[in-house]
Order: sequence, then C-alpha cells, then structure tokens
Amino acid sequence: MSMIINGLPAEVPLDPRVSLLDFLRDDLRLHGTKKGCDQGACGACTVLADGERILSCLALAVQYEGRSVTTIEGVGTATELHQLQQAFIEHDGFQCGYCTPGQICSAIGMAEEIRRGVPSHVTDDLDAPTMPFCAEEIRERMSGNLCRCGAHNGIVEAIAATFAALPEAEAAE
Amino acid sequence: MTPLRYARAADAQDAVLQAQAGARFLGGGTNLVDLMRETIERPEALVDVSGLANGIEESRDGGVLIGAATRNTAVAAHPVVRKRYPVLARAILSGASAQIRNMATTGGNLLQRTRCAYFYDEEGSRCNKRHPGQGCDAREGFNRNHAILGASSACVAVHPSDMAVALAALDAVVHTRTSQGERQIAVTDLHRLPGDRPDIETMLEPDELITAIALPPALPRSTYRKVRDRSSYAFALVSVAGAVQVEGGRVLDVRLALGGVAHRPWRARRAEDILRGGAADRAAFAAAADAELAEACALSDNGFKIELARRTIIAVLEELTGERP
Repeated sequence: MSMIINGLPAEVPLDPRVSLLDFLRDDLRLHGTKKGCDQGACGACTVLADGERILSCLALAVQYEGRSVTTIEGVGTATELHQLQQAFIEHDGFQCGYCTPGQICSAIGMAEEIRRGVPSHVTDDLDAPTMPFCAEEIRERMSGNLCRCGAHNGIVEAIAATFAALPEAEAAE
Repeated sequence: MTPLRYARAADAQDAVLQAQAGARFLGGGTNLVDLMRETIERPEALVDVSGLANGIEESRDGGVLIGAATRNTAVAAHPVVRKRYPVLARAILSGASAQIRNMATTGGNLLQRTRCAYFYDEEGSRCNKRHPGQGCDAREGFNRNHAILGASSACVAVHPSDMAVALAALDAVVHTRTSQGERQIAVTDLHRLPGDRPDIETMLEPDELITAIALPPALPRSTYRKVRDRSSYAFALVSVAGAVQVEGGRVLDVRLALGGVAHRPWRARRAEDILRGGAADRAAFAAAADAELAEACALSDNGFKIELARRTIIAVLEELTGERP
C-alpha cells in the first residue's frame, strides 16, 4: 500500500482514521502543509492530488493510496523557488506566512483549472471556450484560502503576475 | 474519531454487499470525515465508493446520466451541463470552495448533513437529529440560518446543498442499488421533512447506494441565484433554482425550487401551478411567490428569509423571462 508524495513512494498508514494532513505532517515530517481549522474552512492544508487542489484535512490518507500528492515541499525549495513563490515575495503576498503554502498550492491548482476551461461562480458566459484570468475570477476561485493577515491584495497580484501577466494596476483592483 | 475498518468497493454490487450494519459509504469525505472527527458520526466501517461510477453520458431521451462518484467540479465543467443545464453548473459553482468541489462526489453532495450549529455541538446542545427525543436547542436559540418551511417542533434545520436544489428543479431521478436490486427515486422524494424523526433524513435504506443521477431533457432557460452573508464560500440564506419555457409572453412550463429554507430542497409546486399558462410578468411572479410562501413560518431570528425568498423568486423569474443578455 503506497502513494507518491513529491515524487517519492510512502507507505499509507495502517489506521484508516489518519487524515492526509496528519500523515504528511506527523508521519512524513513534511511540515510545510499547515493545519489551520482542521474542518475544511480555511484552506491552509491545501495540497495537490494528481495536480488537483484538495483539502488534506478532510481527506483520509488511505483514500489516496495509489495517487500522487504534491505538497509545498515539492513545489520549490529555498534555493530554487517556484516562480509563484518568488512572486509572493515581490508582491507582499504574506505576512505571517501560515496560509502561504496552502495559497500557493491552491493557486497552482487554480491555474490548471482555468487552463482546462473550468468556469467559476463569477463567470458570465458558461459556454466561453476560454476562461478570463482577471482579478475578480482569481478572488472568487481563491475564496477557499483565507489569510488572517489580510494579504489578499498581494496574493491576487502575485497570482496574476505569475499566471496571467496582467498589468499590476488591473490585478490590484 | 472512533475506531473503524476501511475497504474500497470494487463496484456497486461489492459496495452494497460490504455495507453491513454500522457501515457508511464514503465519497469525497468532505462532510463525513468532519462529522467523524466531531464524533457525531461513528461508523464501524467505511466502504469507499469514491472510485466508482465516475462520468457523464448523454442518454437517448435527450437527458444526461451522471455517475454518483463524479466530482462536483467535473459536473459543473462538463460542456453539456454548462450548455443545457446552466442551473446545475451555477448551483455547484456557488457552493463550497474549489478544493471541496474537487473532492466532493455527486452522491455525497446529495447526502450531506445539515450545518445547523446545534447539530454540530455534540457536547453543549440538545439535538433531535443526533439523539432522537433529546430536544432542539435551535428552535429557541440563534436561528437566523434555519427553516421557514416544512419545519417541525423537533427540528428546524435546513439542507445545505446548492446542487440538490438545482436537481429538484430539474426533476432529476436518483438511481440506487441495494443487495436486493436497483430502483429509481425522484430527487424530490429523496429527502424527508423532519416531522418527529429528524434523524431520518432520506428514504434510502441503510445499505442503499446512490449509483447515478439522471437528468431529463432541460427547459430552454434555467439559472440559480444564491443569497448569502458573504459573496463566496458560504452556505445559502436563501437560494432559488428556476427553469422556464416562455412563448409569446406566456409561461408554457416552469420549475422552481428553493434552498436554505427547509429540511430538504423545497420544490415550489404551488408557485409553478400559478405560473404555468399565465402571463410572464411581475404581477404573476409576485402572486406565485406569495402563494408558495403563504405558509412560511418565521422563528425568532429568520423572519427576513420570507421576504428574501419572495424577492429572489421574483428576480430569478424576471431574469429567466427577460431579454437574453
């Protein structure tokens, strides 16, 4: 019984009650993924499962046997940052940093959803072949990731600068 | 969480055979895992059905068949759903967050449990859903999120799903399987009103698995409007799913369902009866809304929902019968 975590195999815990979040943090000592509310309200525990963003606190680890999970440790390293991590620094996308790993994993998943043409609650034309990458869309699509420091403007700018190359003025609206 | 066994079902038949007493089916886990952590749900075994029927097919009658394990995101993003069933796409997209929609299954969404805070407060509150006969602290408590239609002295909780409200307005049919065989249930019959047994929320048997949701052909225009305390990632105070067919200023056919107001998605048949065959104008919409809400009953904090539901019904009907944008 195994899954792939950041490209490496890991044995799934024997107790089926262990959440994917606790498995990552307590068993694998991957502390980048954060425990905020532990009830699906804050998004701090967001990871990517086969490229899709999910909440690891509401996932049982055993359900992800055979799947490939990417955490913030698999996104970039201190010496080799992902371009979105660099953008968070440049655009003041965090203060305390606790929500940041979840924000970054979530934004990577979001960019892929937009690329696939997945609509959102604020999408006017559900039939549109391509989805706009504007600030309003980013805010709606990132609403599952809370930042209690209030760095949301910087977060939206960083995401827009990385994935949409929008002018900063528009991204900051 | 209390100790439990876990097994993945190979297929629907395997799932129902494994679903012995004390077992629960596990979909995406977004509601059940949380309830287990709060020890409100204490299953002895989980039968994981999240890997079963996963996909959307067009059916011969011009409708659509959605596998019960299809994720909410996949349903909302499907080209046929977006084009012919915008009410369903919009309802799903207005619910939860993107992460949760990526995990949540169609069957699990239908069977999610109320977010009544007193239901969740295992240690501090009485709740007839958790412990039948114990009493309900919501009725005299802080109840602005609670029911205005179909409630009972035992329970004033509301069903939390947006998707289910759209399915009620679409006349969706739920396909199920037990160890005895298969059956089909109108989605409007799936959920119960609370009565004196609010712990029994659906008409499903304990080992009955939802395998698919069938949508009949859609009316030409449909949409979903959700009113909530913040503009994203919040449950509905009131929501309205509507579908209409209008010709020459008259309503040929109409379907309406309300969310956030009752123990189940509330199909507004009284309003539909008044609208069908009549003029597609504001006076008719107001009369229909008033008829539907005539028996609405406010608790101490949720009286605003009655007027909010009235206005939202009218707004949705005006949007659906007006010029296309």
